[in-house]
Amino acid sequence: MIDFVFKPFEEMTTEDYRKVGFKSGLEIHQQLHTEKKLFCRCPAGRYSKNYNAEILRHMRPTLSELGEYDGTALMEFKTKKEIIYQIHRDTVCTYEMDDTPPFEINDDALDKGIAIGMLMNCVIIDELHIARKQYLDGSIPTGFQRTAIFGVDGWIPYKDRKINIIQISIEEDSCREVSDIGHTRVYNTDRLGMPLIETVTAPEMLTPVEVMEVGEILSAVVRSTGLVRTGAGAAREDVNVSVTGGTRIEIKGVPSLGRIPKLTYHEAMRQWNLLRLREELKRRGITPETFKSKVDNVTKLLKKTKYQPIVNALSNGNLVNCVTLKGFKDLLRWQTQTDTYFSKEISDRVRVVACLNTLPNIIHSDSAGETLAASEWQTLKKHVGAKDKDTIVLVWGDERDAKTGAGEIEIRAKEATIGIPSETRQALKDGTTGFERILPGPDRMYPDTDLPPKKITLERIEELRKILPEPIWEREKWYRELQIPEDTIRPLAISKFANLFKKLVSELKINSVLAAVALIQYPKRLAKKKFDISNLTEEKILEIFELYAKGKTSREGILLLMEETAKSGMINKDKIQPMLKEKDLNKILEEAAYETEHIKINNPEKKNVIILGKAMNKIRGRIDGSKVSKQIIKN
Amino acid sequence: MADDSYKGYRGEALGVLKNFNALVWSDVEIKTDTGNFKGIILPRSETSDNFHVVIKLRSGYNVGIAAKRIKDIQIEGRKEAHYKIPEKEFPFDPKKPNVKLLGTGGTIASRLDYRTGAVIPAFTPGELYGSVPELADICNLDTEKLYGVFSENMGPEQWRGTAEAIGREIEKGIQGIVVGHGTDTMHHTAAALSFMVQNSPVPIVMVGSQRSSDRPSSDAALNLMHSVKTAAESDIAEVMVCMFGPTSDEYGLLHQGTRVRKMHSSYRSTFRTIGDFPIATVSREKITPLRDDYRKRRNDKNVIINTEFEDKVSIVYYYPNMRPDIVDSLTDNGYRGIIIAGTGLGHVNKPLYPALKRASEKGIAIYMTVQTLWGYVQMYVYDTGRDIMELGVVPAANMLPEVAYIKLGWALGQTDDLNEVKRIMLTSIANEITEREPSNGYLILQGGLPEVEEFISKYRK
Repeated sequence: MIDFVFKPFEEMTTEDYRKVGFKSGLEIHQQLHTEKKLFCRCPAGRYSKNYNAEILRHMRPTLSELGEYDGTALMEFKTKKEIIYQIHRDTVCTYEMDDTPPFEINDDALDKGIAIGMLMNCVIIDELHIARKQYLDGSIPTGFQRTAIFGVDGWIPYKDRKINIIQISIEEDSCREVSDIGHTRVYNTDRLGMPLIETVTAPEMLTPVEVMEVGEILSAVVRSTGLVRTGAGAAREDVNVSVTGGTRIEIKGVPSLGRIPKLTYHEAMRQWNLLRLREELKRRGITPETFKSKVDNVTKLLKKTKYQPIVNALSNGNLVNCVTLKGFKDLLRWQTQTDTYFSKEISDRVRVVACLNTLPNIIHSDSAGETLAASEWQTLKKHVGAKDKDTIVLVWGDERDAKTGAGEIEIRAKEATIGIPSETRQALKDGTTGFERILPGPDRMYPDTDLPPKKITLERIEELRKILPEPIWEREKWYRELQIPEDTIRPLAISKFANLFKKLVSELKINSVLAAVALIQYPKRLAKKKFDISNLTEEKILEIFELYAKGKTSREGILLLMEETAKSGMINKDKIQPMLKEKDLNKILEEAAYETEHIKINNPEKKNVIILGKAMNKIRGRIDGSKVSKQIIKN
Repeated sequence: MADDSYKGYRGEALGVLKNFNALVWSDVEIKTDTGNFKGIILPRSETSDNFHVVIKLRSGYNVGIAAKRIKDIQIEGRKEAHYKIPEKEFPFDPKKPNVKLLGTGGTIASRLDYRTGAVIPAFTPGELYGSVPELADICNLDTEKLYGVFSENMGPEQWRGTAEAIGREIEKGIQGIVVGHGTDTMHHTAAALSFMVQNSPVPIVMVGSQRSSDRPSSDAALNLMHSVKTAAESDIAEVMVCMFGPTSDEYGLLHQGTRVRKMHSSYRSTFRTIGDFPIATVSREKITPLRDDYRKRRNDKNVIINTEFEDKVSIVYYYPNMRPDIVDSLTDNGYRGIIIAGTGLGHVNKPLYPALKRASEKGIAIYMTVQTLWGYVQMYVYDTGRDIMELGVVPAANMLPEVAYIKLGWALGQTDDLNEVKRIMLTSIANEITEREPSNGYLILQGGLPEVEEFISKYRK
């Protein structure tokens, strides 16, 4: 089965994904729309790049509740980063700085989260236990995120099946990274502590496109409630991918759903190719037990090299370590993703763990030609005792980093004999993924001893049930029955006007397509003309439709009145002219026809169009355009 | 007494667990009328209610399930937590100085307590080396756990015990001593040790942490490194408190044990020297003295341990409208010493005068300190002050109220002669009274002012 070779993205079929056992699940992070943050009373949603002060911290691994260290924690500790937080006094108090214990959880945020969980058919748990989820990358100054599960076992409909929701939790948002160079990582803290919910689906999506589509449904569900923030960074997706025999790998922080298909395709390809690499290593007799490597300091041998990165390193007093990977010849050029090779897996590790982030940070004898002179490779190989079937890899840096770097090269190469290391990966712009850090496990969870458990009462759940909108899949089903245009269905289902639409159609008996188009497309058109569509409130639009329903304005009049309202913030009654009688219409048409007589028209067929145009200027909003055209043709 | 197999569970929740024979740490699937949960049953905090069962889900999250919803519990196995910091033997290097770490409690090294859901201290040299291996670069470390109490439970008995333990270590030729302590009353113990351990030839460094060591951002590791470095390498033979200078992980301050006070309920940089400035700063690289008038390290063992202490002493924190019965009750209950934390330069209201006079006449030693903390008692400026002195109240210069409380207990432990007590009280032993307040001592920055904001933007505070 491992014989299958990944085709280009466009050529992959559902059957191909079935062959490799593609499975994917989503973790969607969505900020809630609240006035204040989750565990302190700082304002939420104020973003700024400015800051008044900085603080410096380090992170150390600690034990989990069950007495174990977490893998990520140990990796982050190896990197020995200095973490700098940029602090703005308006958005950060002593809580986010980790100098004050948490205040009680923001009940408004919890209510909003629970409501969304209920919409996703989750079982709401009885007693909330706040946990500390460790993040040693420094993205949260405490070193952990306060988080709590409030719902489990939900589902949403997709195609003809259900996608299960494993859990939904409420948590505080982390910092935004400003830079990460060498041993210093800088964070902006404006977003820190804002409430968000994380929805985790079961790994039940079977192709890259399915992952995106389920993401779109989940995003639509939360937006339909009006309880969440929208805009850049308000929703972020983590995508889990695995293939048969592979490992669950998490692609972190995918910024838009449209990028999911390429990323998941590449991640599946990478895992598949790493499994094939393991087969190849096995064929060569290299297993975790027989794997051999060694490290030599070769600084002296490269004193006269002309290869610029090493010239620079040596002039900075750095040293060069050479790692010999026994029997690895050509395997650093083993393809993992599109235009991406196994050497990238190694280089990524060295970059992140040893903090050697000036690229290239390694060179190797499998791509010998582009770097050192052939004679230099020869000398090196001879010096370290490497044979023809071996690969040597060079890494340079100060003593500590070069040592960590060499160690990581050995670790990552050995991992190739085991399979696919558990890790989180970054979404790269070209649609491939890059190493971010070791995948944290349940060992990084620790109960928050600063806050007691919180009971979620049945009364509270019942109160929330009253404010829940109907699920979007029910709305969409109804819209399809009403034959609403396909491109308007989803926007209407998540629109704040969804309830108004229902009222217009059910109570005012407005034509459903007209109502849908007026509520979704008209405001878009007006926004393009730079009108202030926030003036178009539910009440104002309802009033306009009531005029229409009473026959006081025409179909065209609806757009006209909406435009006036957007412009002035008021429904301008002067603009409502009484509906035209047919004889008045004829009179206007005759006038228009008369005026047209005096215009030279090149194309006589266009004559009616010109008459219509002239007439419409006078009668817009007073009669339906369709009646006018009919009348012209009659005339 | 609750059965330990169902640790912390009571009432309804206990009944349900017993019904299904589901002990704590069982790996279970719980069926409820709304859904099923798979995970490990955790012990319940004794302060939580009787109606929920807590399980750790596979994802690592904990949730509470209402006991009355539970229909069935299937037991699939058992996984008990063994919380243990990896213990490694602390390496010995004959070229490095020997330092002794005496533990009294606090969160400098701690673990989770399932009974209360709070953190409890854990502490051995092996554990410390397992979690802060950098310590081995500084010294040979040996530890002794004297007590395992939160600092609010420290008192005369523990002060005595700690002082005597220090005396024994100095006798054995140790090169520096670190005392791990909860932070709340660290300055009380620092003052007690300053009087009970005099003429020490080596540094005695008190240390704790404001963020417990079970948190990645804890200040414990850095505080430990700073304190151990001070004990091992510094030439400052004083009783000191070593805690964060700024909130950033940058450097620690070495405060004189009698001039230091916890000034914030939760900040890392909570300890401040009052009425003076600190002795030195300490970073992982170096110790930088800020003054040179401290006692220097010596090679002898001529320490004086004097732990006599009278514990019938109290602090009266004066407030407007205080009634005389507050003072009378101390008098009637046999107290031998009273420290007043008075307003301004050292004042209390007139209605207290007769009570103070009565106390003084009954032989109670009464001393005046200031609740402003900064500045000297000066009872000549206003008539009120002169009147109060007439009643037998003695001004205690710029001794901090807590320090004066400790010192009065210690002085009354030395003698019953009130004149001798007064001589001891007003003779400075460890800079608890200073002759002058430096002009750059009092610095409480006022946030919001442009010049302060400029300072904050330039330096990591």
